[in-house]
Amino acid sequence: MSRAADYEDVIGLEVHAQLLTRSKMFCGCPTTFGGAPNSQTCPICQGMPGVLPVINRRAVEFAMRTALALHCTINSGCRFARKHYYYPDMPKNYQISQYEEPLAVEGWLEIEVGGQVKRIGIQRVHLEEDVGKLVHEGTLETARASLVDFNRSGVPLMEIVSKPDIRSPEEAAVYFKALRAILIYLGVCDGNMEEGSLRCDTNVSIRPRGSSELGTKVEVKNLNSFKNVQQATAYEGERQRMAITSGQTIVQETRLWEADRSYTLSMRSKEYAHDYRYFPEPDLVPLKVEQRWADQLRTTLPELPVERQRRFVSQYGLPAYDADLLTQSRALADYYEAAVREYPKPKVVSNWVMSELLRELLGDDEAAISKSPIPPRNLARLLALIEDGTISGKIAKDVFEKMYRSGEDAETIVRREGLVQVADAGALGAVVGQVLASNPGAVEDWKKGKKQSLGFLVGQVMKATQGKANPALVNQLLLERLPKEP
Amino acid sequence: MATIAELGIRYRSGEATPTGVVRAYLERIEALNPQVRAYFTVTRDTALAQAEAAEKRLKAGAPLGLLDGIPLAIKDVICTKGIRTACGSKILEPFVPPYDATVIARLGAAGAIILGKTNMDEFAMGSSTENSAFFPTRNPWDLGRVPGGSSGGSAAAVAADLALGALGSDTGGSIRQPAAFCGTVGLKPTYGRVSRYGLVAFASSLDQIGPFARDVRGAALILQAIAGHDPLDSTSTEVPVPDYTAALGRGIEGLRVGVPAEYFIEGMDPEVEAAVRAAIDVLKGLGARTEKVSLPHTDYALAAYYLIAPAEASSNLARYDGVKYGYRAAGGKDLIQMYGRTRAEGFGAEVKRRIMLGTYALSAGYYEAYYGKAQRVRTLVRRDFQQAFERVDLLVCPTAPSVAFKLGDKEDPLQMYLCDVFTIPVNLAGLPGLSLPGGFTATGLPIGLQLIGKPFDEATLLSAAYAYEQVTPWHTRAPELA
Amino acid sequence: MAEPKITLAEVEHVARLARLDLSEPEKKRMRFQLDAILTYIDKLRRLDTDDVEPTSHAIPMVNVMREDEVRPCLPTEEMLANAPEREGDFVRVPRIIEE
Ligand SMILES: [Mg+2]
Ligand SMILES: [Zn+2]
Repeated sequence: MSRAADYEDVIGLEVHAQLLTRSKMFCGCPTTFGGAPNSQTCPICQGMPGVLPVINRRAVEFAMRTALALHCTINSGCRFARKHYYYPDMPKNYQISQYEEPLAVEGWLEIEVGGQVKRIGIQRVHLEEDVGKLVHEGTLETARASLVDFNRSGVPLMEIVSKPDIRSPEEAAVYFKALRAILIYLGVCDGNMEEGSLRCDTNVSIRPRGSSELGTKVEVKNLNSFKNVQQATAYEGERQRMAITSGQTIVQETRLWEADRSYTLSMRSKEYAHDYRYFPEPDLVPLKVEQRWADQLRTTLPELPVERQRRFVSQYGLPAYDADLLTQSRALADYYEAAVREYPKPKVVSNWVMSELLRELLGDDEAAISKSPIPPRNLARLLALIEDGTISGKIAKDVFEKMYRSGEDAETIVRREGLVQVADAGALGAVVGQVLASNPGAVEDWKKGKKQSLGFLVGQVMKATQGKANPALVNQLLLERLPKEP
Repeated sequence: MATIAELGIRYRSGEATPTGVVRAYLERIEALNPQVRAYFTVTRDTALAQAEAAEKRLKAGAPLGLLDGIPLAIKDVICTKGIRTACGSKILEPFVPPYDATVIARLGAAGAIILGKTNMDEFAMGSSTENSAFFPTRNPWDLGRVPGGSSGGSAAAVAADLALGALGSDTGGSIRQPAAFCGTVGLKPTYGRVSRYGLVAFASSLDQIGPFARDVRGAALILQAIAGHDPLDSTSTEVPVPDYTAALGRGIEGLRVGVPAEYFIEGMDPEVEAAVRAAIDVLKGLGARTEKVSLPHTDYALAAYYLIAPAEASSNLARYDGVKYGYRAAGGKDLIQMYGRTRAEGFGAEVKRRIMLGTYALSAGYYEAYYGKAQRVRTLVRRDFQQAFERVDLLVCPTAPSVAFKLGDKEDPLQMYLCDVFTIPVNLAGLPGLSLPGGFTATGLPIGLQLIGKPFDEATLLSAAYAYEQVTPWHTRAPELA
Repeated sequence: MAEPKITLAEVEHVARLARLDLSEPEKKRMRFQLDAILTYIDKLRRLDTDDVEPTSHAIPMVNVMREDEVRPCLPTEEMLANAPEREGDFVRVPRIIEE
């Protein structure tokens, strides 16, 4: 009898990314999210009789950029095909997709798990159109009718299929995260999983460790967060291990991840439902990708997250953790580098960005960063004020918050509110004298050897100066006036 | 009975006015359409409004062109904004397009007037217009016979002078064969010459819109208005459109005309063969050099077509499901029932047959043996023509193996399919083909002569047809209708 | 008579794929007619096409694309005007059951 631990996971991910084009894949309707039902359609994306599709050039170029970033081979000839099945959210009852001749094949993506770098193969990158949205009256099981909104119909999607190179649920999540970061860097997808801009299906099978054969795979759909990908993949692997070790066989099927209840559920399906009757889309002509086109696009590729992360470590001497976090989004990494250019102490800037800035901002994406009321230059100036002793680090945190609320720069706030640090021994000496006089108890404690009372006294001085006193100087002055240690 | 060009001259001289002409046509339609049944929808009000607008332009001395004020008929497979477009099918009976096909927009820009939408075989599938879900159209030369199909309504409308010209669509012969049966000129342009945007798709890689007219010049004028690149149709080409009417006078002196041996087959109507051979002699007499050519894969073209066309049709017709537009069967408890009943009640027998055949040919396990094979044979058919066109400038042959047959005569689907044996290879190769009157049988039925040209060489087809037309009387005959 | 090209079960399977409810007599007639057509089509087998490329378009073209520009949509009312059944601004369909 085999044991569960004898089996390893074999995982492949299919990621659908909505492309950041202005118009749909084959018509001029906008791709914006959240319009009133059926307000963003035209005869073409409704599949009316007589209409014809025309390929959106930007969608093709976005997919090509992605393929290049994933080290894929772009096929010199690629074409669209029709994939047939009947569903009311799909107006033509076929989806224009790519089948035998996809845009790109055979690439890879590097991920880092447990300090180890690993390459995950990319099987293919292709383009297709999205379907509409169904709203059920009640639940799917009890509904008497369904309502269709075609706004999403025809929105450009890019499908990225990995090879079954992923070996653990953790790797799956890391891969999905790395892929998302690349898409965001490339500016081809906003990565918004709540609005469905990025969706993931996972194919899971298990096999005896050491075997090179592939087991029967199960597709799990409906994964819209890194956590879901990891949990669903883990659940499905365990389910299969339990089934096999108890002598059952795995059925090839599609299962749905129920995130609320953390399990996968079989979707009923019959074999003929998968007879998609693909054939080349006769309304579109093939794409011929000449080297020149691909080369020209290659020159527009930005530095990608992994490369940038490595550079942050080597160029700025940042810990890997900081570099990883700061490069998750291109906008954030750009922000960081702009601030470092103005205030060249990389680790100090990193600390402020990670702890202060990211706490205030709602996200790390382009939209959030571009809306930051504190531009990189202002953050750098604030840090410079700490360095030159104008304000204390503690005051700086308050100033930061005020900058964030008002959008003003640090100098303006410091000047207006009189927050300049008091570093004058004479002026501070008077305050120190008063504090010692009004806290005889603490002085007594100090004499008895309670060293903590020094901290208390420093705090009192800071309080009396509303935090403006230079803490090092206060420390020094207090030590000068207090009796020597017994 | 005037031609398009003649009417244009009368408009300019003030002898005729668009409103007068359109009223006369509407009256004639009212009188004769009940017999011929060419029209499915007559657009009386919009036609009169268009006529008034044309009249103003003509009076102001600023007509939009040679088609300004010319009344035409449109096959009901072409979408017309606000005008029901039923495609000869119950499943589209309630459908009113919210947009115009590109050809309709272009005709509008040229000032043409639309008298109505013509009857057709359902979804353009048929060769007799008997497959219309609504009623069969009659041949104006003999009301007991079919007008051909699938553009039978358009051909009959032009032949019966219920319109000066018309648009049809041709997937396997659907313009040329009814043109032959009805004694009119009918032209299927090169694939990609005319935009398909707004043409309800039958077989996307074969479909093409083209004109009907009583004479060659009329066909040239309509083609001129509708041809040319359309950014809404990815398969429409940017090949420049020549001046077709200017090309008419070129003559055919020295033209190399190929006569394909495979288009004179056992079992074809001897009167058709005799007429075509006589026509070839006329062309020779006009200075053309004729030459025998061979198109060896002709015999396979029909079989390849009956895989490719149904396969594409099964896909194109998947959208008619009762969800978004058109007919929905009552009483479906759930979606599966609604789909199955809507399509069972909405489609006629021939359409169902082709959907079944096409679905089968594309289904798992059969794709390579059927659809894939047919596409390879299509390459061979195309090569045949390419080789022939290395030696000749155009081909001449019959349009159909027979003349118009009696209604109900061809109940066996395969017998009906064989009507298109001479027209189908042209669609598979994407070439331009023109049918023009080439004689009459002893009983007075028109015989069609087909000219086939090189890709985008409609000008040569039109000039050769025009030269032939100038020295033959066929196009001047008209059917007698009470 | 030769073995029919298509079985009744295949006719039923294809009809299901095509979402066509066929009556029993229709199925039988369909089988008979498809069989005749497929028998005729069988002549293609006589041709050796192993080294022949398939043609999906007679007029070869490549790279036809449009620029990524937004164009006006169809007003919702015009879109829904053709819908057999609607509810608010949605198209309404009978309940969905999986087969
Ligand atoms: Mg997909
Ligand atoms: Zn649209």
